[in-house]
Amino acid sequence: MSRRGGPPEVNAGSMADIAFLLLIFFLVTTTIETDAGLDRMLPPLEPPETDVVIKQKNIFTVNINKNGQLLVEEELTQLKDLRAKAMAFLDNGGSPSGTSDYCNYCKGRRDASSSDSPTKAIISLKNDRETKYGTYITVQNELVGAYNDLRNREAQRLYGRDFTEMEGQFLNPETPSRIRDELKDKVRRVQELFPQKLSEAQTSTAN
Amino acid sequence: MGKFNKKKDGDLPAVSTASLPDIVFMLLFFFMTVTTMKDSSLMVQNTLPNASEVKKLEKKDRVLYVYVGKPTSQYQKVFGSEPKIQLNDKFASVSEVGPFILQERAKKPQELQNVLTTALKVDKGANMGLISDIKQELRKVNALKINYTTYEGDAFRNLQ
Repeated sequence: MSRRGGPPEVNAGSMADIAFLLLIFFLVTTTIETDAGLDRMLPPLEPPETDVVIKQKNIFTVNINKNGQLLVEEELTQLKDLRAKAMAFLDNGGSPSGTSDYCNYCKGRRDASSSDSPTKAIISLKNDRETKYGTYITVQNELVGAYNDLRNREAQRLYGRDFTEMEGQFLNPETPSRIRDELKDKVRRVQELFPQKLSEAQTSTAN
Repeated sequence: MGKFNKKKDGDLPAVSTASLPDIVFMLLFFFMTVTTMKDSSLMVQNTLPNASEVKKLEKKDRVLYVYVGKPTSQYQKVFGSEPKIQLNDKFASVSEVGPFILQERAKKPQELQNVLTTALKVDKGANMGLISDIKQELRKVNALKINYTTYEGDAFRNLQ
């Protein structure tokens, strides 16, 4: 009855098969990629209590029709020219020096009939109900790109690195909190130089 | 000489596979930690548009997903081929988006309820009319932070 040499050895030969089975199960049911996209804020439904008067010259209107054509500031425009036009508008800095709105970091044309300063400039985007979503995203991408290009320029001037890279590092949860605190002020500062004011007006229903 | 004769007639020694389970388990744990579960199966065509100025959507627990697109071929007989909204595992109408967001928000922990993002995964062929309606619904329930989920790439490829 007594066993010799301790308990019998359990055959572990099928362990690998079991582990492979689990591995394949996890490979099939999981996805590795994280999503990416364009972040946007919607305007609140309740209108603000005080009606703000905005000068027409501070608004940059972009209209997309159902065929995907663009009307920018009452002018038919190609999509590839949109970014340059938006940047010229944002960076204009039309206020004369000495006034409170004067923009000392703008490198634009200082055209008095265009936007006063980046903090005043607003981009208004309108689209038709039949506009294709792909076109809309391209337009959004170009407008966000215009802001990012200008912010990168200022971040390069102030801190010697790109704004998008700084923001990415700031938003990454794996960045140590010490570095994030440091970045927070820098990111804020650049954001305030070119605040993103992108208004998405109601979709036009009329043809 | 006689001492070494033994090996000549023997076969190749068997390679020990004792450490194979360890290796496979290591792989398994690696995949378990770096991946996330698929939460719902898609019932709509979902070719996302491309964009270059993208931000990563970190922290999956703070994201609610809304899918829009044409029903896939197996559902087209029943639901038609017009773009539809998919919430979790079923098709929904525009008016159901608001209640869905409120319901999902209530499931989240208290401290996350104000920082939720709604990710709109929309097929690039969909019309903006439907998207505008969804955005209007989201504004009604005060879910103002949205993310147009896209692939990373050249935005001008969307136009083709």
